[in-house]
Amino acid sequence: MSRRYDSRTTIFSPEGRLYQVEYALEAISQAGTAIGILASDGIVLAAERKVTSKLLEQDTSAEKLYILNDNMICAVAGMTADANILINYARQAAQRYLLSYNEDIPCEQLVRRLCDLKQGYTQHGGLRPFGVSFIYAGFDPQRQFQLYQSNPSGNYGGWKATSVGANNASAQSLLKQDYKEDCSLREACGLAVKVLSKTMDSTKLSSEKIEFATVGRTKDGKVYHHLWAAEEIDVLLKEHGLAKPDDSAETG
Amino acid sequence: MRGATILKATDNKTRDLNSHTLMAFSGEAGDTIQFSDYIEANVKLYSMRNSTELGPSAVASFVRAELARSLRSRNPYNVNLLLGGVDPISQKPHLYWLDYLASLAPVPYAAHGYAQYYCLSILDKHHHPDIDLEKGMQLLQMCADELKRRMPIDFKGAIARESRGQEWHTFSGSRQ
Repeated sequence: MSRRYDSRTTIFSPEGRLYQVEYALEAISQAGTAIGILASDGIVLAAERKVTSKLLEQDTSAEKLYILNDNMICAVAGMTADANILINYARQAAQRYLLSYNEDIPCEQLVRRLCDLKQGYTQHGGLRPFGVSFIYAGFDPQRQFQLYQSNPSGNYGGWKATSVGANNASAQSLLKQDYKEDCSLREACGLAVKVLSKTMDSTKLSSEKIEFATVGRTKDGKVYHHLWAAEEIDVLLKEHGLAKPDDSAETG
Repeated sequence: MRGATILKATDNKTRDLNSHTLMAFSGEAGDTIQFSDYIEANVKLYSMRNSTELGPSAVASFVRAELARSLRSRNPYNVNLLLGGVDPISQKPHLYWLDYLASLAPVPYAAHGYAQYYCLSILDKHHHPDIDLEKGMQLLQMCADELKRRMPIDFKGAIARESRGQEWHTFSGSRQ
């Protein structure tokens, strides 16, 4: 009889839950893992890509990491097509803010704008909620580096280290164990690959299977974001002894 | 002093936008109040919604955008503005000059209206980039004295306001 309460998104079940929202969360927990770690001098986002093929063009198709604004990037877990709609919305909101205030939108405001949109689909009937969770990494002068996570219900929160997608519970507990306050961006990158290697199905990683991005500041204080190229990821993996042995034979 | 024109003695043409930005305005009588009410309300709304305050440069850009929008409407606001404030994060002071055609310029000193023809030459001569607040107040006094001496209007004094970091203090002008 659960059909009575889950066919519409906006009807509460007798237990006071919104089933469609919970199904959306369930869809996300099947998706590739994404993690974010806040460091003292930057933030790292790392994600597992599910679609891998030798034929796939590497650098033209970022599947999980996107740039939202000059001061912000995000990682996606869930339905990529839904995410594209939200990312487009966020980019426009950020540009509108830039147009009227001539400065970058504060991170939390941009997150809130997206979450207000997501929340709308849990209340106004007719359409299904967005099946996407985001991890946002950004910088603003007021609150420096910030890491946020949001889900289809429209809730969001700030984190020091967090994960979404498949195995996110085990990733979260690994992060809790190994996260050090005031760690550097380099150490955070190391922790990110370590956690990913443990939560992903395959034991050996390669640049085809993961995506990496960092937000940081240059020496003169300018904020940068950087989506890593395949070669950079391979170097990092080799550094931590997580690269595939045949992969290194290929490149070497 | 006698003159053909008499100004209202108690007129205050300044407005606090938030705890560290202040706006001074001149122009068409109704427009000035209407426009500064609108700006004040919107800057305060931003503070309420976002539990943080806009910095002086963001306020200036916002005001410019609103004035530019109004300029292209059927009945634009005829308002000239000066915007001053201390950035709460960098603690640096800012001054912006805005006219009714919505051009915005960051400036070291500025004046609007008839008074500028008397004041700007004094400021040109005596202002240096590294003067402190006390010296700034002295310059303002010199400008007020000059206006009293030369302007063919019954000049009732000035309202001078300053910001030391957070709070705005009001100084009563010299009245005669």
